[in-house]
Amino acid sequence: MLHIKCPHCGLRSQNEFSYGGDATVKRPELNKEISDQDWDNFVYLRKSPRGKHLELWQHISGCRQWIKVERDTLTHEIFKTLKANEEV
Amino acid sequence: MSEKFRLDKGGLINRNKKLSFKFNGKKYSGFEGDTLASALIANGVHLVGRSFKYHRPRGFFGAGVDEPYAIVQMNRNNEVDPNVRATEQELFEGLEAKSVNCWPNVDFDIGAINNFLGKFFPAGFYYKTFMWPKSFWYKVYEPIIRKAAGFGEASIKHDKEKYEHKYEYCDLLITGSGPSGLASAYAAAQNGAKVILAEDKSRFGGSLLTSEVTIGNQSGKEWAEKIISELKLMPNVIVKNRSQVFGYYDHNMLVMSERVSDHLPKTEKYIPKQRLWYIRAKEVIISSGSIERPLVFGNNDTPGVMLSSAAKEYLKIYGVLVGKKPLVFTNNDSGYETAIEFKKNGIDPIVLDTRKSPNSEIIKEAKDLNINIKFSYVVVAAKGYKKVKSADIAKISDDKKNVSNIENIGCDCICVSGFWTPTIHLASQSGNKTKFKDEIDAFIPSQSKQKETTLGSANGIFTLEETLKTSFEKGSELSKQITNKENKIAVPTVVEKKSSNHDKFWCVPLPEGKNYKRFLDFQNDVAVSDIQLALREGYRSIEHVKRYTTLGMATDQGRTSNLNGLQLVSDIENKVVPQVGHTTFRPPYSPVSIGAIVGREIGKHSKPTRKSPMHYWHEKNNAVFVDAGVWLRPRYYKQGNENLFEASKREAKNVRQNVGVCDVTTLGKIDIKGPDSAEFLNRVYTNAWLKLPVGKARYGVMLREDGIVMDDGTTTRISENHYHMTTTTAQAANVLSHLEYYLQLVWPELNVNVVSSTEQWAGAAIAGPKSRDVLQKLFPDLDLSNEGLPFMGYMEGNLFGVNAKIYRISFSGELAYEVNVESDNGNYMWEKIMEIGKDFNIQPYGTEALSTLRIEMGHVAGSELDGRTIPYDNSLDGLVSKKKDFIGKRSLSKAAYVASDRQKIVGVIPLDKKTSIPEGSYIVKDAKAKLPNPKLGHISASCWSVEYDNPFSLAIIKDGRNMIGQKLFAMSPLKNKTIPVQIVSSHYVDPKGERVRS
Ligand SMILES: [Zn+2]
Repeated sequence: MLHIKCPHCGLRSQNEFSYGGDATVKRPELNKEISDQDWDNFVYLRKSPRGKHLELWQHISGCRQWIKVERDTLTHEIFKTLKANEEV
Repeated sequence: MSEKFRLDKGGLINRNKKLSFKFNGKKYSGFEGDTLASALIANGVHLVGRSFKYHRPRGFFGAGVDEPYAIVQMNRNNEVDPNVRATEQELFEGLEAKSVNCWPNVDFDIGAINNFLGKFFPAGFYYKTFMWPKSFWYKVYEPIIRKAAGFGEASIKHDKEKYEHKYEYCDLLITGSGPSGLASAYAAAQNGAKVILAEDKSRFGGSLLTSEVTIGNQSGKEWAEKIISELKLMPNVIVKNRSQVFGYYDHNMLVMSERVSDHLPKTEKYIPKQRLWYIRAKEVIISSGSIERPLVFGNNDTPGVMLSSAAKEYLKIYGVLVGKKPLVFTNNDSGYETAIEFKKNGIDPIVLDTRKSPNSEIIKEAKDLNINIKFSYVVVAAKGYKKVKSADIAKISDDKKNVSNIENIGCDCICVSGFWTPTIHLASQSGNKTKFKDEIDAFIPSQSKQKETTLGSANGIFTLEETLKTSFEKGSELSKQITNKENKIAVPTVVEKKSSNHDKFWCVPLPEGKNYKRFLDFQNDVAVSDIQLALREGYRSIEHVKRYTTLGMATDQGRTSNLNGLQLVSDIENKVVPQVGHTTFRPPYSPVSIGAIVGREIGKHSKPTRKSPMHYWHEKNNAVFVDAGVWLRPRYYKQGNENLFEASKREAKNVRQNVGVCDVTTLGKIDIKGPDSAEFLNRVYTNAWLKLPVGKARYGVMLREDGIVMDDGTTTRISENHYHMTTTTAQAANVLSHLEYYLQLVWPELNVNVVSSTEQWAGAAIAGPKSRDVLQKLFPDLDLSNEGLPFMGYMEGNLFGVNAKIYRISFSGELAYEVNVESDNGNYMWEKIMEIGKDFNIQPYGTEALSTLRIEMGHVAGSELDGRTIPYDNSLDGLVSKKKDFIGKRSLSKAAYVASDRQKIVGVIPLDKKTSIPEGSYIVKDAKAKLPNPKLGHISASCWSVEYDNPFSLAIIKDGRNMIGQKLFAMSPLKNKTIPVQIVSSHYVDPKGERVRS
C-alpha cells in the first residue's frame, strides 16, 4: 500500500485516497471551437508511461483535496506531491 | 500410550504440566511447550498423512514453518481449522486434530493405489490424462480427484472466532529473533529507535536455542534470553512472538499475523484468535534465517526421513527422539551437531558424509565421541513403507557420478542436511533483485528496492561471529539515521565449532537397474523424473516447468524444494542456476486465515451498514429491507401474508389514489455556496441555471466528458448564493468528487464551495392527490395552494416546533412534496406525517412501489442512466441547452450519438397484457431468427402498472423513436421466455405531466 504525502495533511496510507488519472491533461476551455480529433484525445487518450508519471489523487477520506503526485509507475516511488494549483 | 520417545530430561518444555490430546480419535499425552508434532513424535507417531498425488505415507520432515507434510485438520471451539501445520500448532489441553488427504483413513488409504499406477500420474497429469472424452472430466475424473486430492476441509459454517486488525508505525521492523534479529534490535533500541521485533515461533532466539555456541561468557541460549528480557523492558520496543510477517508491500508496508490464541484451549473470555498487524516501517531488517535443504535420494519421502536441524530441534527443545537408530546424511557440518546431540543422549548415530576428507573442530569432536562416520558415503534409498526400517547406503565416487559397495543397514530415521537456503521471501516480495551466491548454492538478497536490509543466514552469512558483528553494525547504523543518537555496543566474542563449508552435492545418482522415486517437492509429490519429463517435453522457462509439474506451488511455497529443483533443471540444461533463475515469491509467506484478513468486518459488507433515522420505525412496521449501496431501505411494508408483488402494488396504488410517504433520506445531498454557484451549476448541468430564482428547484442532468449521463436530480436555490443539490443514492459520492474536481482543478477561479450534507437531513416524500391536504395540516400557517407553493417551489416551515424544508418535487408523477428536517428530528417528522396522514389513508411505501410509480411515468433512474446512455437516449432532449457549453457537451455531437437510428427509451407492453417481462430481456424483431438473433435493445425496468393493471416495462432500443406501435418480441434466454410485445411511449401514465402541477 502506497504512502502518500498529502500536501495539506501529511503522510497517509493509500486507502485514504482515490486515483484520478493523468494530471497533465488540461480540459479544453469552455465555449471554444475544438476539432473532433483534439476533443477525442482529451476524452479518451491517455499515455501509460513506464516510469515517472504526474498523476491526480484525491484525499477522499481526508481533506478531500485533489492533489498532484509525481510517481514512478514501475517502482511506485513517489518523488513529489503538490497542491492542485502548484506546478512541478 | 506412554511417551516412549521422550527423554527423561532436557528440552524447554514444562514437564510439570502434562497435557492430553487426541489425534485421529486416539488419546495421547504431551507437555506444555510441545507442538502437536513434537508430542506425536514423543508418542512414536510418525504417520500423519498421505501425499497429495500418490497418497504415499507422510510423516514429519521439519519442525516449523518449513514443514511440507504434517498438515492436519484442527478442531477447536467446535470450529474446524483446515491445513494447520502440526509443527507449528502448539499443544493445549484437549486439542483435537486429524489427518487430511487420506480416505478412508491414514493407515489404509485407497488413493495409495495411485502410487502403483504412477505411470498415469506423470508431470502435467491433469493436462494430459483427463482430456478425453470431455464429458468425463465433469462426471468422472473431477469428482474422484477432488475426493482423493486436496488438503483439509473448510467449514461451510460461519466462523465464530474473533479476529482483529491493528495499525502500527515504527522506525525499524525486525522479522525474526535469531542472532541477527536480536543483535540488530538491541543496537537499534539502544539508539532510541522505535523497534518492533517479530518472532514467528513461540520462543525467541531462533538458531541460538539449538546450537552449541558461546557468546561472551554465556551460552547462545542464555545470551538470547538476556537480550530479549532487556528489550521487553524498553518502552521504545515492541516484542511479539507467535507473529509472522508474511507480506512485504509497497512503501514499506508489512503485514504480520499474530496468533493470539491459536495455542490456547477454549475460554469464556474475549480473546481474538488472530490479529493482523499493518506495519509501516521506516526501515525493515529481514532476519528470517535459513531453512535446511534436503538431500535427494531414493524414497526420500518415507516417514522418518527428515531434516537434521529438525531432529536436533526435537531433541533440544522438546526432549524428543525422532528415532533410536539414527542415520545422519550430510554434505556439511550441520549434520554433526545433530549426531553429537544424539550421542550425548545415549543414542549411537551413524554419519554419512558426502565429503571425502573434511576437517573442522566439530568433526574432531564427533570423532572424539566415537561417532561412526563414513566419508564419501551416501544414502541410495530409504527402505520401509510407513516408517524407515533400513537404508541402502553406498560409497560415492569422487566425481559423484557413481555409487558402489551398496549395503543395507538398519535405521529408524534418516536425518538429512544438504546445507542451508536463506529465507529470502520477504526481500523478494519487496522487489529486491536477488542474486545467486555460488559458495552456498542459493539465492541471497542483493539490490534493495525498498528500505530493507537482510542480515545473518537469510543473507547467506553462516558464521555466528560475522552475523553478530554485521547485525550490531546495521542495527546501529540504520537507527542512527533516524534518531541521530548512537550508543556504541561492544560485539561479544564468539566460539563456534562448525565451519560453514559444504559439498556441492545434492542428488544421489540411481544405482544401475533401480528406479527409485526421488522427491524434490514433498508437498506436491514432484519427483526428479517429473522434472526430467517436463524438460524432455520441451518446457524450458523455470516458470513453465513450475506450473507444469507444480514444483514449489504447494502451500509451503517450495521452501524445501525450490533450490533442488533449480539445480536439477540447470544440471540437465547444462546451465548454471542463475541463468535458470528462480520463480517469484509472493505474499503470503505462509497461509493466512481468511478470518484474519477480514478482521471484525464480518457480515455482508466490509463497510458499515447505513440506516436512516426512521429505520427503526420501518422495522417496527414490518418493513422488508433491501440493500441500496451500503444503505438499507424499506422495499415494502408487509401486511398480513402479502408478498412483494401484492404489497408493492397496494402501496403504489395508494399513492395514485390517496397519499403515500416514502423515506428518501438516502438521496445524496450536496450543499453549494458561493457567489459563482449559479455559473458553476450552469457548467455542470446540461440545462440552463443562471436564471433560476431564489425559492425554486430545477431538475438537472449532468454528464461525463464523454457525453454519458452521470447523474440526475433536483437542485434548489435556497438563497442568492446558496443551493441544495440532490443526487441519486448510488452516485452521491461520485458526484461530490466530480464537483470538487472541477472546482479545484479545472475552474479554480470560481468562488464556490461544496460539501456533502446527505447525513444532515432526513427526508420524506409525501406523494399522491391528497398530499397537499396532509402537508397543510403539518404546516397550517403556510400557503400551500398551487399558487402559494407551485410545482418546483421551495419553502421553509415549522413542523410542530421543528425546522423543515419543503420542496415541491415529484418522482412518482403525482402531486408530491419532499420534506427535509435535521436528521435528529427525522423520526419525529415521520411519526407526525403518519399521525396526520391517517385521516387521508396515508401508507408508507418502499422502493418497489417507488419503482412502479416512476416506471409507468417514464421517469428514468439508475437502470436507464446505466453509464451507457446519453441524454437523447432517455428522451431528455429538452434538458440539453443549445446555447451554453457544459461538461460533456462537445461529445454529444459525435456521429454515433446523433445517428438517426440512435437508441431511445420506449415503453413495452406484453400483447397478452398478463405476462411480466423479465428485466434484462432482449428486444428482437423475429423470435425465430437464426442465432445470433440481432438485438434491438434491452428491457431496463419492469413493473405492474397500477394505473392500467397490466405489466409495463421500459426499454432502450435502437431507433426507438420510430418503433412506437411496432410489434416485437422480448426474449429472456435466462428465464427461457419469449413474449410478444408492443412498443409504446415511455410516458405511459399522465404523459402531459398534469398531475404534478395540479
Ligand atoms: Zn489531505
